[in-house]
Amino acid sequence: MDVTAKESELIAAVQDGLPLDPRPYAAVGRRVGLTEAEVIAGLRRLVERGVIRRFGLVLSHRDLGYRANGMVVWDIPDDAVATIGARLAALPYVTLCYRRPRRPPDWHYNLFCMIHGRDRKAVERQIEDAADAVGAGDCPRAVLFSTRRFKQRGARYADCPATEAM
Amino acid sequence: MNVLQFGMLEKDLLDDFQRDFPLVPRPYKAIADRLGCDEETVLDLLTRMIEAGLITRVGPVFAPHRAGASTLAAMVVPVDRVDEVAALVSEYDEVNHNYEREHRINLWFVVCAPAAQRVAAVLDEIAARTGLAVIDLPLEQAFHIDLGFPLQWT
Repeated sequence: MDVTAKESELIAAVQDGLPLDPRPYAAVGRRVGLTEAEVIAGLRRLVERGVIRRFGLVLSHRDLGYRANGMVVWDIPDDAVATIGARLAALPYVTLCYRRPRRPPDWHYNLFCMIHGRDRKAVERQIEDAADAVGAGDCPRAVLFSTRRFKQRGARYADCPATEAM
Repeated sequence: MNVLQFGMLEKDLLDDFQRDFPLVPRPYKAIADRLGCDEETVLDLLTRMIEAGLITRVGPVFAPHRAGASTLAAMVVPVDRVDEVAALVSEYDEVNHNYEREHRINLWFVVCAPAAQRVAAVLDEIAARTGLAVIDLPLEQAFHIDLGFPLQWT
């Protein structure tokens, strides 16, 4: 945990979104007992420290017409995963790229990335391109398309920051 | 609200403000000034985009593990139990994404909580209540800096 108790309160007050009020930071401040200037300064510090990764409109890809959402998983040799992960993350159509543990015998993939596209074919094409572009064409991989979305984000709960899918 | 009928104003709003949202007292006014419209128009568009489900919110996206604990969890759920198990998983406030995916391991969800113990407890509870194994795949390294998503308006 890299945040103070007061910052946690601020995070809890903004994680479900800023109020659509002409003075949203003042409205947030009233909820947590801070002034508008303190809210703005507090959020700026969280952005500068990288606790907030980005601040802005959070899109719902599916509802914007990007109906295919492919989670691509790769089995990359341990000594190459950092390099290949960084290369994948730099591709414009890759929205998330994480290293995660293998769980043999059920699960052998150690690198995850998310690719959104208008349809399945577009996503599949981009995966082929990505594999060649990052030098992972020979590594085992699988694409897990989502078939149903049961929940996209948490309801109104405190202290649990909204991170992104996957 | 139809995405296909979006004009430049709507497109610019979606494209240009996924990051670096103005941290000034009247941010919607600052956006309006950059887009060449008025504050009320920006607030109205954002309200309607949220109502239409095109955007989920305006606000921060947090880096994983910097302000809490989280993990990606996965389960092999028999086809005839997917609805029931998915509903049980979604009940948890700590679950903020829950998808069925095309794979033998077919249910995938993200659990996040202020502390790692609570994340582990949620996974244990789900396993106990469903009688199914939960695979825990915590993040080891994040590669992406997430600059938002470039929409293609063609």
